[in-house]
Amino acid sequence: MIDQKTAMPRRTWRNRNGNGSPFRGRWARLPRSARWASLLGVALLAYLLPYVGSIPGIGPQIVTEGIDWPSALFNISYFVLLALGLNVVVGYAGLLDLGYVGFFAVGAYSVALFTSPDSILNTGWSWLAAVPVAIALTLVSGVILGWPTLRLRGDYLAIVTLGFAEIIRNTANGAEFMRGDRGFGGIPHPPGSLGDNSPIFGVRDATPYYWLGLTIIVVVIIGVRNLEHSRVGRSWLAIREDQEAAEMMGVRTVKYKLWAFAIGAAIGGFGGVMFAGEQGFLNSATFQLLFSILVLAGVVMGGSGNIPGAILGGALVSYVPDRLRGVEIAGTDAFQFRMLIFGFMIIVVMVFRPQGLLPSRRRAAELADRAKEATA
Amino acid sequence: MHFHSLFQNFGELTVTGLAQGAIYALFALGYTMVYGVLRLINFAHSEVFMVGTFAAVLTWGLFGLDQDSATPSVGAVLLLLLAGFLAAALAAGIMALIVEMVAYRPLRRRNAPPLVFLITAIGASTVISEAVGIGTHRNVSSVPPLIRPSTVVQIGNTSVTNIQILIVGLALVMMVVLDLFIGKTRLGRGVRAVAQDPDSAALMGVNKNRVISLVFLTGGLMAGIAAVMYLLKIGGTRYDAGFHLGIKAFTAAVLGGIGNLRGALLGGLALGLAENYGSGLFGTQWRDVVAFVLLVVILLFRPTGILGESMGRARA
Repeated sequence: MIDQKTAMPRRTWRNRNGNGSPFRGRWARLPRSARWASLLGVALLAYLLPYVGSIPGIGPQIVTEGIDWPSALFNISYFVLLALGLNVVVGYAGLLDLGYVGFFAVGAYSVALFTSPDSILNTGWSWLAAVPVAIALTLVSGVILGWPTLRLRGDYLAIVTLGFAEIIRNTANGAEFMRGDRGFGGIPHPPGSLGDNSPIFGVRDATPYYWLGLTIIVVVIIGVRNLEHSRVGRSWLAIREDQEAAEMMGVRTVKYKLWAFAIGAAIGGFGGVMFAGEQGFLNSATFQLLFSILVLAGVVMGGSGNIPGAILGGALVSYVPDRLRGVEIAGTDAFQFRMLIFGFMIIVVMVFRPQGLLPSRRRAAELADRAKEATA
Repeated sequence: MHFHSLFQNFGELTVTGLAQGAIYALFALGYTMVYGVLRLINFAHSEVFMVGTFAAVLTWGLFGLDQDSATPSVGAVLLLLLAGFLAAALAAGIMALIVEMVAYRPLRRRNAPPLVFLITAIGASTVISEAVGIGTHRNVSSVPPLIRPSTVVQIGNTSVTNIQILIVGLALVMMVVLDLFIGKTRLGRGVRAVAQDPDSAALMGVNKNRVISLVFLTGGLMAGIAAVMYLLKIGGTRYDAGFHLGIKAFTAAVLGGIGNLRGALLGGLALGLAENYGSGLFGTQWRDVVAFVLLVVILLFRPTGILGESMGRARA
């Protein structure tokens, strides 16, 4: 503690208040280059995850049994991407969005409509050509949903966003051009081929898709992190902590909430685009409401408002159920218990660690304040 | 657009819409009361309802009835209905209390932010629905044919069945009873006091925890009654029966003004009618879209629902 005080006097209050771990202080005192180098190392390790199974000892404990490991990793990657996007909406701006899957669906369906041979548009674009259009459409859908509804108070926003996701799902089910549960087939995979003319993004191995997802995640993290420390990010924080006060200080709350919504939507759309490219097929059954609830649970469980927390939470909500597939517990397949176990996990984590597993420093401080005010 | 079919079946759509709306309204009470007192969305309420449906099915099973039995005599039916309603209401009420104790009370002690409550409620909801799902092998449990639907009243080409009359009538009775309970009794005054200002209420000697338990219990009781109505109307239940209906009921609560008991009734009936007319006009696949578009439109013009929120300020 003492040498911390002399080295970094500005940061000590956090440690003294018990809001930051010793690790945080040490991390903050590292030179910028060392921090970047270690982050690069972490990213590199993440790229090597598909081969973790070949590590003797712990490797086989980590990999999933009922589903092949690269596919599980791909699932993790789009869940993490969605968690990062939802973290902008819920964690930074404090807007409760229960229908995030709606944006995921808009992204995926945009790709399907422009590329699939089943589509009435009959454009037959490549996956890559459809990506910018799909992202733009999701962004616009975020603005269309947000513009009239962001004036609503927190809990009303929650039900409206939930309704939005249901509207999207039911439209996919009911409208003729959305093809209901017949769905869209033949959605092209991402481009690129290896030396021997076999495509990089095939159907047998999900590893390249995982790498693609990881790359998108890295780009999104860099973008979101910069936003967090910009004027926009500070406005979000002000809105989250006290909307009225922020408004009085001249923060244009509706504008910045709309920003958060649109950016969150675009990231969710990116997830959908990736998903469509990997699956090659999607129908209206793909986008269940439970999905957005899982992602939300991931964000809050991981620690809302904190990028590492969102990553951890998003990865957990995908990994834990996948890992339980094909595992035997007391003689029966754990697969059918996976959501039960998952539900218990959520309760236990939230009751014992309401700030989340890896909370943001500021959120933890807010929570400590609230706990002091507790009267019950 | 099928204007013709809408006008031709207008009476029919109204009656079935009211029956559906009555179920929404009773179900919505749990959301609205918890919100009124704690300002929280009780996400696990849908599973409370689902537990109620299974309690009724089990009770009837104990009397040796299943879906293939013949319809019993009138006296027996009345007794069985009573037993079903009691069992469902009790089971749902107790389930709601358990949810409150396990998922909410520990967090309330730490004054955790509302989002955390929502997530634990989601966890509780998953646990309950999965446990029942595993226990029932995710099958549909069917209900014995206690009441054969028969037309009681015929107005023009609209027929009203006995089940519909039972559902709407009982829902109205329950709403009036609850309204009187909250508005006139000593316990109800405690609930209103905590809804208005929890800290002052505590200073005035209201036991906050007891009031909160009471609110969960009453919400659960109402959900249990709605559960039996649902069984009579639909004829069966499944471990995930609560989820979708819960979303609709919550929508109804918000539509009428969440935190407002009369709002729940109005919102429930309005939602039931609107989605029936909508499906008559556009086709049944658009039922939910109509419901949610209506919600968005109403919230745009009346941001706190039709009757406005607050259990404390309004007399209800």
